[in-house]
Amino acid sequence: MEVTLTVNGADHTLDVPDNALLVELLRERLNLTGTHVGCDTSQCGACVVHMDGRAVKSCTVLAGQADGADVTTIEGIGTADALHPMQEAFRECHALQCGFCTPGMIMAAIDLVQTSDDLDEAAVRDGLEGNLCRCTGYHNIVRAVLSARDNM
Amino acid sequence: MYRFNYHRASSLAQAAELRSGADDGVFLAGGMTLIPTLKQRLAAPTDVVDLAGIEGLSGITVGDTVTVGAMTPHADVAGSAAVQGAIPALADLAGRIGDAHVRNRGTIGGSIANSDPAADYPAAVVALNATVHTDRRDIAGEDFFLDLFETALEPGEIVTSVEFPVPARAAYAKFPNPASRYAIVGVMVAELDGAVRVGVTGAGPCAFRSAELEAALAGGLSAAALDGVSVPDGNLNSDLHASAAYRAHLVAVMARRAVAQLAG
Repeated sequence: MEVTLTVNGADHTLDVPDNALLVELLRERLNLTGTHVGCDTSQCGACVVHMDGRAVKSCTVLAGQADGADVTTIEGIGTADALHPMQEAFRECHALQCGFCTPGMIMAAIDLVQTSDDLDEAAVRDGLEGNLCRCTGYHNIVRAVLSARDNM
Repeated sequence: MYRFNYHRASSLAQAAELRSGADDGVFLAGGMTLIPTLKQRLAAPTDVVDLAGIEGLSGITVGDTVTVGAMTPHADVAGSAAVQGAIPALADLAGRIGDAHVRNRGTIGGSIANSDPAADYPAAVVALNATVHTDRRDIAGEDFFLDLFETALEPGEIVTSVEFPVPARAAYAKFPNPASRYAIVGVMVAELDGAVRVGVTGAGPCAFRSAELEAALAGGLSAAALDGVSVPDGNLNSDLHASAAYRAHLVAVMARRAVAQLAG
């Protein structure tokens, strides 16, 4: 099956199996391995990317469903020299321990800040319900999101 | 995942044709249940027919009633100022389904067609006596859910929209599973055309109206009217999350919370 989509601003047309997942396309075909697979059950949120402006679990979207879509991954939001304000806030607040959940957390948090009014601590905790940190480092993650909220 | 053929239908007629032409076809809406099921190899369809490319299945119309297109994601319902104004309980319910990412992809049509016993929308479809519009006919909300993962839909029938009457008032109370956010029990209490209707999800094989709670609240929506009222547990679900007796208890507690929301 042929899938045409835009990823981080670049157009791609790829031949993939009918049962390919978006995350497989990103990681295995485009070598964008910043998007992680943390579980096999669509629960952990490590694979979150933006698809047509919305945070989605790329492990629970078929590649075919992303045909025609505009996808942004963790690689597409900033550079090593110019971090995205959310990345900068995660660094400043030490919002990561092992770092495995971080790409999904950051992509989810950016969507949360962009789509929320009056984001307070409770709203951040509620909004990140779909992202699990196995290190249980939630406290600093919430601090980072609240900090980035004021800089985005 | 097992192998399957993926198709993107561009019309209802084409979707029906693709599915009927397959050995074992399924429709794909948002995929928030189907794709995890495929990943776990709990289903092995030969063909998956994606409904996302069909014009006119998505969107919200608010007038005398609230009509939600079958492919409308939960986040759109939760965030719609028009829905918040007309049926705030429906927007509230949609905003508490799963997590943010699920709400960005999951759809009302997919949710009700699946008749997961722990899904949220069925409580509203039953309590508000919504009309389920399909590519073939209209089905009354209270006749739609038949059993565990079983609805009144015929093979190949496609939900196109769900139309909710606007109640005088309504509220939804939910006891979520803390891990999955599915409803262990969810109760919507609504006052519609002068009558009180209570829709229950999470507790039984599929969503249902509670005759006991409706009788207790017939004299007026007050929490005191629920004192001592119990719900029979004979037909309720027991699993590792909650026994039937505990679910029966939760139904009464959630009803009380929903009524309290209306009083507050």
